Amino acid sequence: MTAGRLVGRDVARVEDAALIRGRGRFVDDIAPPGALHAAFLRSPHAHARILRVDTAAARALPGVQAVLLADDLRPHLTDMRLVVALPSPSYRLELHRPILAAAEVAHVGEALAVVIADSRALAEDALALIEVDYDPLPAIADCDAALLPDAPLAHSGADSNLVAQMTVAYGDVDAAFAAAPHRFAETLHIHRGGSHSMECRGVVALHDATEDRLTVWSSTQTPHAAKRLLCDLLDMDESRLRVVTPDVGGGFGPKLVFYPEEVVVPLAARLLGRPVKWIEDRAEHFVATTQERDQSWRVEIATDAAGRILGLRGDLVHDHGAWTARGVNVPQGAVAAMPLAYMVPAFRMTIRAAVTNKVPVTPVRGAGQPQGVFAMERLLDRAAQGLGLDRAEIRRRNLVPADRMPYATPLKTRGGIAVTLDSGDYPRCQQMALDAIDWAGFPARQQAARLAGRHLGIGLANYVEGTGRGPFEQVSVRVEPSGRIVVASGAAAMGQSTATMLAQIVAEQLGADVADIRVITGDTAATPLGIGGSNSRQAVLAGSSAHVAALKVREKALAIAGTMLEVATEDLEIEAGAVRVKGAPGLCVTLAAIARAAAGQPGFMLPGGRGPGLAATEEVVIDAMTYANGTAAVEVAVDVETGGVTILRLVFAHDCGRALHPRIVDGQLMGGIAHGIGNALYEHMRFDEQAQPISTTLADYLLVTATEMPPVEILHLHSPTPLNPLGIKGVGEAGVIPIPAAVAAAVEDALAPFGARIRRVPLSPVDVVALVDPAAAGPR
Amino acid sequence: MSESRHIALHVNGERREAETPVRQHLADFLRGTLGLTGTHLGCEHGVCGACTVLVDGRAVRACLMLAVQAAGRAVTTIEGLAAADGTLHPLQQAFCDHHGLQCGFCTPGILATLVEYLAENPDPGAEDLRIALSGNICRCTGYDSIVAAALAAARALRGEAA
Amino acid sequence: MKPARFAYHDPDHLAEALALLARLENARVLAGGQSLMPMLAMRVAMPDHLIDLNRIPGLDGIVVAEGSLRIGAMARQRRIEDSPAIRAACPLMTEALGLVGHIQTRNRGTIGGSLCHLDPSAELVTVAAALDATIEVASATGTRDIGIADFPLGLMTPSLAAEEMVVGLRIPLWPAGHGACFTEFARRHGDYAIVSAAALLLPDAQGRIARVSLTLGGVSAGPLRLAAAEAMLLGEAPSPALFRAAASCCAGIDAMEDPQAPAWYRRRLATVLVRRALEQAWARTEGVAA
Repeated sequence: MTAGRLVGRDVARVEDAALIRGRGRFVDDIAPPGALHAAFLRSPHAHARILRVDTAAARALPGVQAVLLADDLRPHLTDMRLVVALPSPSYRLELHRPILAAAEVAHVGEALAVVIADSRALAEDALALIEVDYDPLPAIADCDAALLPDAPLAHSGADSNLVAQMTVAYGDVDAAFAAAPHRFAETLHIHRGGSHSMECRGVVALHDATEDRLTVWSSTQTPHAAKRLLCDLLDMDESRLRVVTPDVGGGFGPKLVFYPEEVVVPLAARLLGRPVKWIEDRAEHFVATTQERDQSWRVEIATDAAGRILGLRGDLVHDHGAWTARGVNVPQGAVAAMPLAYMVPAFRMTIRAAVTNKVPVTPVRGAGQPQGVFAMERLLDRAAQGLGLDRAEIRRRNLVPADRMPYATPLKTRGGIAVTLDSGDYPRCQQMALDAIDWAGFPARQQAARLAGRHLGIGLANYVEGTGRGPFEQVSVRVEPSGRIVVASGAAAMGQSTATMLAQIVAEQLGADVADIRVITGDTAATPLGIGGSNSRQAVLAGSSAHVAALKVREKALAIAGTMLEVATEDLEIEAGAVRVKGAPGLCVTLAAIARAAAGQPGFMLPGGRGPGLAATEEVVIDAMTYANGTAAVEVAVDVETGGVTILRLVFAHDCGRALHPRIVDGQLMGGIAHGIGNALYEHMRFDEQAQPISTTLADYLLVTATEMPPVEILHLHSPTPLNPLGIKGVGEAGVIPIPAAVAAAVEDALAPFGARIRRVPLSPVDVVALVDPAAAGPR
Repeated sequence: MSESRHIALHVNGERREAETPVRQHLADFLRGTLGLTGTHLGCEHGVCGACTVLVDGRAVRACLMLAVQAAGRAVTTIEGLAAADGTLHPLQQAFCDHHGLQCGFCTPGILATLVEYLAENPDPGAEDLRIALSGNICRCTGYDSIVAAALAAARALRGEAA
Repeated sequence: MKPARFAYHDPDHLAEALALLARLENARVLAGGQSLMPMLAMRVAMPDHLIDLNRIPGLDGIVVAEGSLRIGAMARQRRIEDSPAIRAACPLMTEALGLVGHIQTRNRGTIGGSLCHLDPSAELVTVAAALDATIEVASATGTRDIGIADFPLGLMTPSLAAEEMVVGLRIPLWPAGHGACFTEFARRHGDYAIVSAAALLLPDAQGRIARVSLTLGGVSAGPLRLAAAEAMLLGEAPSPALFRAAASCCAGIDAMEDPQAPAWYRRRLATVLVRRALEQAWARTEGVAA
């Protein structure tokens, strides 16, 4: 892949200059003079009726400015619920969550009051003084149990816990299974946990009473959606409301959701006439920020004698949590990811989403895809075992081959857009991973280790990931009369080097250095339209818009310069902040001069016969997703006495099309891989049977640290997509997707002498020992 | 006993005096009272390491120390790492060179940990560094680039070519 | 996560601290703060008074002399870990400290604080039990010694009266030539162990086991000395089979249970770790022909 002057190269990140000196500006760093501090009263019950709330003692505490309940907010809001569900015909229950709970709480952590005080400590003092009489109601914690006939209802007003049901199907599945010589079935339980960005959420709101203008800084991945909702709820003109995403200390999914605190804090600022700040602490993050959670998969694969897939079918029960905070996109994404890498002629999966009395479920990095890949890859391992085939070989026979690209599948995205695999060489990618980890030589290594009393195992998993979800991301590129180049985008940065990506693409076309470009992301005042950060989409969508906008500015600069220098534009080039005559670099006009000329003078014609201004705004619309792919291969050692799993090597071969910045691509993958290792072996958000959260500190919820990371080797294949002008595919989530499947396969392989079958992740040491010696564990 | 105290301490080489509530931890004091917002809070229960600063040269979790306990001590934060002329500390430069930070939220704490560690262990191995870093959680990088940056910084601090 | 209000006292004499502790209701002593500060932040602990010991001189001494080690309660874990004298005289302590939290917590955390917090999995409590430590306790009315076996009263509850505080511990040193091993199984480096095991072995001139100490952490409220296993080993010639047999005593212990690990798993882990600790400790003994 040829690199440009800047694009495709490891240029210095524009984010680092401030961050490395401690001069970033995260939401908690924003401290308007006179700001008050908010703290939320959260339910300690998983399910309860609220009988009485007495705030008198809290209000009386010196330093407390207000204590607000749902009834206090009602006169100032157009709706008391957050109506944020993505459209789907599958819903059976309408579960828009309340901004503050008034009658019933449905999960531990649900907010029912807010205290605004002079300091956060004082606000927390006041929380302890609020008296609430709860009438505890039966709670439901388990998604499978929730769908049983006599299950406790998660919401007392509902008639069941089935919040949504749908079937994704094509081909004659039952006929395929009836005719198939071989079938293999599995029941799998897959848990994913929280995102746990190192920065929790936070909101700061400043109301200017003179002009009734509201500025809201929120640690959100979707400032434009937040603005739309705030305008609706507060009944304000768009012109009076600005939402800004400042520096964000990691997102990983949950920050794309709009939360109750994001409307309560701005409303409190407007009501009190003082700036208000709320910074989520880690204890709140465990119970108030959305998570992913449990899925149960009952799945079956049909193959011919050679291991070729004839059909896939099954059903999925998904834990939805207590409210619809985003939609059914997680189970939808999980099922969609399942068959994607392979040629599957007939497919049917039924999804049932169950409401439980737990924190709402919305996407976390990977968004269901690790689960779908886990189900598919476990089935392929099962089929390989049953048919006596090598696990890599059965995959090779079924992977969509390069000569079938573009490969139209019968699947549709959630928006009804056809799923067509646009480019890539999946078998070659798998082979790269196999070669790097010496798959062929592993049986000898394993045998030698067993003789020495060590249990080694190897596993692999393929994935194909839909990236770059459309429809667009707006980008404007403007050369100011000073010569400064300003790029503004609806994209929201949360640590993935978004500003560097945009600066690189624009600087490439305008002859500038990356450091010369000022990038504004996530500010509704700088960019009227935007979607934000999710679905590994920002480089694809915002990058494409930036590229096209920069080309337009370039073309206009050349045209104006041609007029000013009286030279044909073909004889001009842009370099170092000026347009120069090729071969006569002394003959030039600076971008600043061109921008000033384009700004116009009263009574004079604009130069170059173009419109005014040296700027362009683009919204490149790309509906179809572009499909990235990869293969993870993992070698493990299992201590069968303690259950400890050590990943000895991890190889990750992937294809994200053209790489804009190879080092950033690797960084994105490595972070995802670490998250995937967490999902495979460490991270477990536990609740008890009454839906009380048990993992509520970072000492209980185990994030991977430097000592748990194995040696990782990343291999690249570059198959540019034809779907966007840069040929790129998203990479933000890729790393996480195949890891739980590959690790489970490797551990199962290591435990083959014990006949172990791995059917759930995360896999704890306790689980491993129970697989080695089921009798010791007793009935589980 | 009053609820707040006047304290004096050195922060990044400068003498600072301020009033602090006695229940306020050092991180909130640095951020809120002194406006040094480069020190970040990730968990406030002593696990994530984001708030790590140097107190008398030792890396400590600033959420696990009261501000009043820092009276009379010398505190160094991320804002005090670069030279007076703005030249980055070799660790800062190495983190930029090796993509050792993504969102940058955990970075100040990681740098504080490494300043002390590299002072005591000028030529560490990668595995030693991983153990030294195990009290600092990063959710973005997967740590490889951090270890690479630390090794490069160690070389630079020893006066070798990076 | 901000602490509730408290009055803060930072005496600069021990007598003053003890007087405050005797006088004040609902007071807590603040040592290194690595356990108490999170409890304050979560408002799990809500003392009216916090008595900070950090300004009191002389509470952090480390003295190795005459077959005995004395460590002041306020000695920082990192200082103990880095002490060459302790590394030479009491390697079990040094080995365990490398597994206590992280550099940042050991820079502040104290040995007295760890003993009083009394987490069932705390490495230093297990080490104190393995070494038959004596805990020195002071109050306004005097001092007393508590044998480590009597120190835990219940889960995370030391047998201290409200007006008492730990001021130090004394450890009788094992003779040169002994072998020691502290090993544990934790989910991540620096985490509290699910189960830990400490073994000390002293060989006699014939290569038999002249003295033995075997202790488990993480299986019950306090450390568990394995008297039956010790008796089985004493006077015997070491062998893999002997160590295996001794370790199998753990299969019958009454292990605790939590969301992370059921009792059966702790028993199994205990059996494995005791065997490994014995093998390693024996390999570290000196003065015996292999």
